[in-house]
Amino acid sequence: MSTTDTSNTGTGDPAPDEPKRGSLADRLLGRTVPGGPQLTSMLQHKTSEGAQELLARARTQAAELRREGGVLRLPEGAALDPEDIDIDVPSDETMILNIGPSHPSTHGVLRLMVELDGETILRSKPVIGYLHTGMEKTAEELMYHQGSTNVTRMDYLSPFFNELAFSLSVEKLLGVEVPPRATWIRMLMCELNRVSSHFLWMATNGSDIGAINMLVYGWREREILLAFFEKVTGLRMNHNYIRPGGVAADLPDGWRDDVAAICEAIPKRMDEYDNLLTGQPILQQRLQGVGALDAQTALDLGCTGPLLRGSGVAWDARRDTPYLAYDEVDFDVIVGSEGDCWDRFAVRINEIRESIRICQQILDRMPEGDFRVQDKKVTPPPRSRIDESMEALIHHFKLYTEGFKVPVGEAYVPVESARGELGCYIVSDGTSRPYRCHVRAPSFANLQSFSTMARGGFIADAIVLVSTIDPVLGDVDR
Amino acid sequence: MSGVDGFFNFFKGFFVTGKLPFKPKVTVQYPEVKRPKPERFHGRHVLNRYEDGMEKCIGCELCAGVCPARCIYVRGADNPPDAPVSPGERYGFVYEINFLRCIHCDMCVEACPTEAITESKMFEWSFVSRQDAIYTKAELVVDDEGNPRQLPWEDWKPGDERNTSAWMRATSPAGVAAKEGQPLWSGELGYGVRPAQAGQSDPAAADHAAPFDKAVRELAGNALRGIGVEGSAPRGIENAPQKPKHQKGNKK
Ligand code: SF4
Ligand code: SF4
Repeated sequence: MSTTDTSNTGTGDPAPDEPKRGSLADRLLGRTVPGGPQLTSMLQHKTSEGAQELLARARTQAAELRREGGVLRLPEGAALDPEDIDIDVPSDETMILNIGPSHPSTHGVLRLMVELDGETILRSKPVIGYLHTGMEKTAEELMYHQGSTNVTRMDYLSPFFNELAFSLSVEKLLGVEVPPRATWIRMLMCELNRVSSHFLWMATNGSDIGAINMLVYGWREREILLAFFEKVTGLRMNHNYIRPGGVAADLPDGWRDDVAAICEAIPKRMDEYDNLLTGQPILQQRLQGVGALDAQTALDLGCTGPLLRGSGVAWDARRDTPYLAYDEVDFDVIVGSEGDCWDRFAVRINEIRESIRICQQILDRMPEGDFRVQDKKVTPPPRSRIDESMEALIHHFKLYTEGFKVPVGEAYVPVESARGELGCYIVSDGTSRPYRCHVRAPSFANLQSFSTMARGGFIADAIVLVSTIDPVLGDVDR
Repeated sequence: MSGVDGFFNFFKGFFVTGKLPFKPKVTVQYPEVKRPKPERFHGRHVLNRYEDGMEKCIGCELCAGVCPARCIYVRGADNPPDAPVSPGERYGFVYEINFLRCIHCDMCVEACPTEAITESKMFEWSFVSRQDAIYTKAELVVDDEGNPRQLPWEDWKPGDERNTSAWMRATSPAGVAAKEGQPLWSGELGYGVRPAQAGQSDPAAADHAAPFDKAVRELAGNALRGIGVEGSAPRGIENAPQKPKHQKGNKK
């Protein structure tokens, strides 16, 4: 009988009927000794879904992969099989690499586990939850009129969309109709927000693929928009501006000049970025043909937004399920053809132009009038009325202490955020707090496409893929 | 793409970057120079007083009730008949805000029926202890001239103490367009009744006195200048002030 090198006793041969235990190193790393029991690495973190780590390939058999496929939301029947990929991979020559969670290119605290053969990605698994703060649960604690302070923090790069989705759902339950000026202000802020969000994407995408100066330019351009938001709402992010019943305040004096200046400056800048980025052979080679996602797969994976439109599906909630006054403005839905990173790049760049086009129309057509519904049960009375009328004072007190009651029911209103379909699903039990508030986050659904896109690609392209998916981890984890 | 085209494009890209050193900067030398803050900016809170020096807070706890971060603690007490603190029956006896929790959403400002709590424009502060972060009434109530008290760990800049009535005074918070342009704000110690923004009542009122009103246009204008279309820079950029003017000496 030979001594196995995995024995950790060192004092003699193990009894033949005793299972082999493996060395400390084996147990730490979860290496299974031939003939021994299945070992789980002592270093692995276990969750209710099982281990977060990529398991050894020997242990991820087809059934297991399919089970994991549920977690990874891979399309039916596409459980990862390394033999799919056209290279010869002895399983002990692959490497498992962790990218993130604190990696500058993961745009937040996203952790990517990838199994590599040389530079080729065989399997990958996005691990999320590092930014989970239970905001949906918090929403159940907050009254409806406080709710937009909470939801605005989810997708922190496009806060107006979060507020809008929440407000539209609450308004649907309440059955109130917001005045036209509120609707158009909401549209203006959302379109400018789309521009600022896409600029930030241009900045980070540029830096991810090596165009470092784009990082600075993107922030510079975004600053114009943030300065405008700051002027309108008093805050640069997390505005708490769009609220159930309308918006928090009217546009400030001089907003027309500001929006006109923005609409003038940004298209000129975009032409410049076409020179800086779009025309560059290096950038084209870096993006074209990388991470192609065909239309059917994109639909299967639940992708929305620029990711889906890049794959050639002309779905835009602004056009297909019109909300606000989008059916009254003229804009194009930008659609790609190949579904590669280049298409997604082009979709976003052109969406900035379309958003500016919408803003110009809003500038011409902004109606006058109230910017909040005049419903004493939903919005507070005018401030000067508090001093004039006892009734107004009572309404003011009731509203700010008890909030407003929302009829029993449930509502889901999707909006087209900068990242895709963002919807807020609210269940009301008739009190002034939501019974349940779920947010359908586009980043979360879009991120699921990563494993499919990254398979068989290069590790360097994984960075580009994350970048063109453009997830906001606050939106993913909530 | 043919190689020649690509080669030209390659240099076009360099040109975008290469001309920037000769263009005006969009950044400022923080902290020596600070960008002006908009009227609606949310900064540190203050508790206001009426023009006669009486405190506005009546201890109604509406602000504490509406705060989504639950960071306000208020206890009201009956006014002493011989030396009333506020004009009403009651006054804010204990008032604390925990600024480690505050998210500066301004819900408290909107809820306050007497416009007692508002926000200043000061946001640059760093506490060294949790105790410092919990502001008590003594620190929040404005001083005898109506200026916010400046604590050692706060970096006040000239102008931060102005416009403490926050944005509520600027536009009607209740959404009644007809009430725009009217100050819906009672007078304040040291400042009187502050003017309101014109809003929809006077669409021509674009050039408001506040320096920030030009800040957006200035930024956008610099963006325009950066690409060599100086002629089209929006108006108001040339004479936009670099720094907010110091209005009122209030260093004690
Ligand atoms: S600003 Fe918001 S978080 Fe801060 S004290 Fe007021 S209500 Fe609370
Ligand atoms: S600050 Fe205003 S809301 Fe708060 S207790 Fe005083 S009066 Fe009431």
